[in-house]
Amino acid sequence: MRRVLALLLLLAGPAFAVQPDERLADPVLEGRARALSRELRCVVCQNESIDESNATLARDLRLLLRERLAGGDSDAAAVAFLVARYGDFVLLRPPLRADTWLLWFGPFAVLVLGAAVTVVALRRRAAATVPPPLSAEEQARLDRLLRGDGA
Amino acid sequence: MRRLVYLLPLLLFAALAGYFAFALISGRDPRELPSALLDKPAPAFDLPGLGGERLSAATLRGEVFVLNFFASWCAPCRVEHPLLLRLARQEGVRLVGIAYKDRPEDSRRFLAELGDPYRAIGIDRDGRVAIDFGLYGVPETYVIDRQGHIRKRFVGPLSPGQVERELLPLLRGLARL
Repeated sequence: MRRVLALLLLLAGPAFAVQPDERLADPVLEGRARALSRELRCVVCQNESIDESNATLARDLRLLLRERLAGGDSDAAAVAFLVARYGDFVLLRPPLRADTWLLWFGPFAVLVLGAAVTVVALRRRAAATVPPPLSAEEQARLDRLLRGDGA
Repeated sequence: MRRLVYLLPLLLFAALAGYFAFALISGRDPRELPSALLDKPAPAFDLPGLGGERLSAATLRGEVFVLNFFASWCAPCRVEHPLLLRLARQEGVRLVGIAYKDRPEDSRRFLAELGDPYRAIGIDRDGRVAIDFGLYGVPETYVIDRQGHIRKRFVGPLSPGQVERELLPLLRGLARL
């Protein structure tokens, strides 16, 4: 009984939004479509890819994408078709361009800036904690104390 | 001078707080997408018409018009409908409708019930024309100029404020051109 249950549990895969009737017969094309749709944003839900989304528009876009691929579009052409309509926003991975440099490298710039500020601050603190050299009088007193003469 | 450095965090905080307050008060919805087709030619379409005659982009060319995607099953469309009626009947706006993923008999019943503000209506059963426009929900409203370029997109139901502040001034401006 337990074994049967365990086997049944193994059968329970994650739920996919892609319906069987959407799939292409050609496994190569279907694979390309799946890979592409994971990179495309569902504009209705906005934080899911069209591969994961159950929104009807996501389904329409999955079907459209498969239609373009089946019609002979390259991956880039199929994606460009959607970008022309929905803008760069449909790309879950924003393109690297002059106007997106800040987006891509901003976090690293902040990290470097933070590290620089930290290094400078730590150096200053280290410099500040070195005590000033003893005066001649203090040195003489210290020497006496160390020799055990008493103050 | 060194004292001013200690004020820096406070200034940064004030700048951030000001920015957040502005974002809260301005009423801008960050989920609202700008149209990728702004100031570009509107997609060509040729749809069966609800009235019998086909609706195509070519026959609409040459005049400023407002294109409204609606559906009988869409609740916000009902909210916006009285405003569309007012635009068509009182302001004389040339309003063209596209029924998005709606059965023609349902669209007809919807318009019979609420009134028909449209000069012409196209039937987009599979929603492909809507995808060409980059639509991601109904209702959506587009302003298209004489050259057939998209000049503005409104996502969601139009509000009286949007109509007064944005739509009507834009249409007046385009009519004068």
